[in-house]
Amino acid sequence: MVSQLYAHEQKQDGGLGMGHSNASGDLSSEMEVDAFRRLFPLRFYEHHLAESIRPDGRALGKARDTTIELGAVASADGSALAKIGLTTMLAAIKMEVMTPSKESPDEGCIAIDFHMPPICSPLVRPGRPAEAEPVVSKQLADTILSSGMIDLKDLSLVSGKAAWMVYLDIYCLDADGSLFDAALLSAIAAFSHLQIPVVSMNDDGKLIVVSEENGEKDIVNKEKRKLSLNRIPFSLTCVLHKNYILADPTAEEETIFETLVTVVLDTFDQLVYLYKPGGLVLAFTSSVQDCIALTRQRLKELQKILDESVSGMEVD
Amino acid sequence: MEIDRIDGRTPNQLRPLTCSRNVLNRAHGSSSWSQGDTKVLAAVYGPKAGTKKNENPEKTCIEVIWKPKTGQTGKSEREYEMILKRTLQSICILTVNPNTTTLVIIQVVNDDGAVSFKVAICCGLAESGYVILDPAKLEEQKMKAFPYLVFPNSVLSVLPEGSPKVEGELMENGIITSVTQGAMAVDNYFHCLERGRAANEKMSAFLRRSLQPQLPG
Repeated sequence: MVSQLYAHEQKQDGGLGMGHSNASGDLSSEMEVDAFRRLFPLRFYEHHLAESIRPDGRALGKARDTTIELGAVASADGSALAKIGLTTMLAAIKMEVMTPSKESPDEGCIAIDFHMPPICSPLVRPGRPAEAEPVVSKQLADTILSSGMIDLKDLSLVSGKAAWMVYLDIYCLDADGSLFDAALLSAIAAFSHLQIPVVSMNDDGKLIVVSEENGEKDIVNKEKRKLSLNRIPFSLTCVLHKNYILADPTAEEETIFETLVTVVLDTFDQLVYLYKPGGLVLAFTSSVQDCIALTRQRLKELQKILDESVSGMEVD
Repeated sequence: MEIDRIDGRTPNQLRPLTCSRNVLNRAHGSSSWSQGDTKVLAAVYGPKAGTKKNENPEKTCIEVIWKPKTGQTGKSEREYEMILKRTLQSICILTVNPNTTTLVIIQVVNDDGAVSFKVAICCGLAESGYVILDPAKLEEQKMKAFPYLVFPNSVLSVLPEGSPKVEGELMENGIITSVTQGAMAVDNYFHCLERGRAANEKMSAFLRRSLQPQLPG
């Protein structure tokens, strides 16, 4: 039965022509393709790679369709829903006034947390955090803080007495590969959407958050309601397989090709983060340079998408 | 312009390396590795029967536990575990013992910088853009950015043609693992790669000398 499948596979043109040859035999030939895909995933992919295409029809260097929706969570101070293909991330920001530490009295603080609830993937069980969860969480925290996107001094209200504590939570709603890319994008979109709450001094000399309608007295930060983002980092994950570099892998591709490379560049072309955790394929300088070139292209695409959604929000 | 390092090393100098094996009795394999004041103890247990739930039963599963010197295990430790696990999976031949689990435990004894990846090279990128190798803790804190790099052991040339070349580049120039911390210019990253490769030769020679008595041939 197995050799029949392989022979069947060989006869086809190896690309998207599978299963589209004749209408009557359509269902049976599709079933065989599906079985081949499950039994020999690597060979299935290699047939496609030889034609420079992937099973979902994408070119090797092309990322999936990306969308950003701002303001997805109405109760949060800033939020965004980012989708790369089927991978969906929801980011929400809540801000609180706190006393800054003695070592840095002029700086606020950002706490970043990434969660993978069981809704996102059949591999994640309730009660047992996914393996990727603390890793992506730490990667996000490192990237956002070291990129210099947000100046912590911007978060200061009264030097030495009050500063903002920013809680950024990112929830993965659907895990279909490239989790870090989607999470970073949703975090940046949430920061772009963020409206800093209005604070005023109450009678005890403490700063409290007030809602816009109640009275205009003693509002401390009337003008400063938005964060300025200078060096925005954008990321692209690629998988390496022999001589091929596939950009933006799906979950299936990530499992089959174990070698992942994540490159994060910012708008000033600085390398913010490069992550290659082992893998069977060694990365030579040429592959690293190719990945960086692909990331530069992706940066332009993502910047355009982000600008469009931000200007769309401002019109409203 | 030369940078003065605290302990008087040149920018390209590694700290003294020591390595001893079989330090623990009950573990199936163990070693202690130190680079200057940074010391790490590693123990290996296995292979045990059975793999974890979602792992491929046709290959060995490698499980890594990283224990910091002080404090509870947090996200950093999980990240190191994941990176080490993937690096080891690419280095070891996994199909020799299918459907088994090998447990690797790393205990940090003393952290004086460059604690991760004791078979790796750690380069530091200072403010002025100079690349220094193998930073100590104090130097690490002042660094703008640093990448951790793991290179394959450089091949001893027994063949007259020399080391195997893949597409014009030597095999030992390929990176197995690279994790950067902090933002740096793309060119600086490639400089770090070059320095790392140069240091890789020295480290490989050291490793070969210390493992030689037990390796066959």
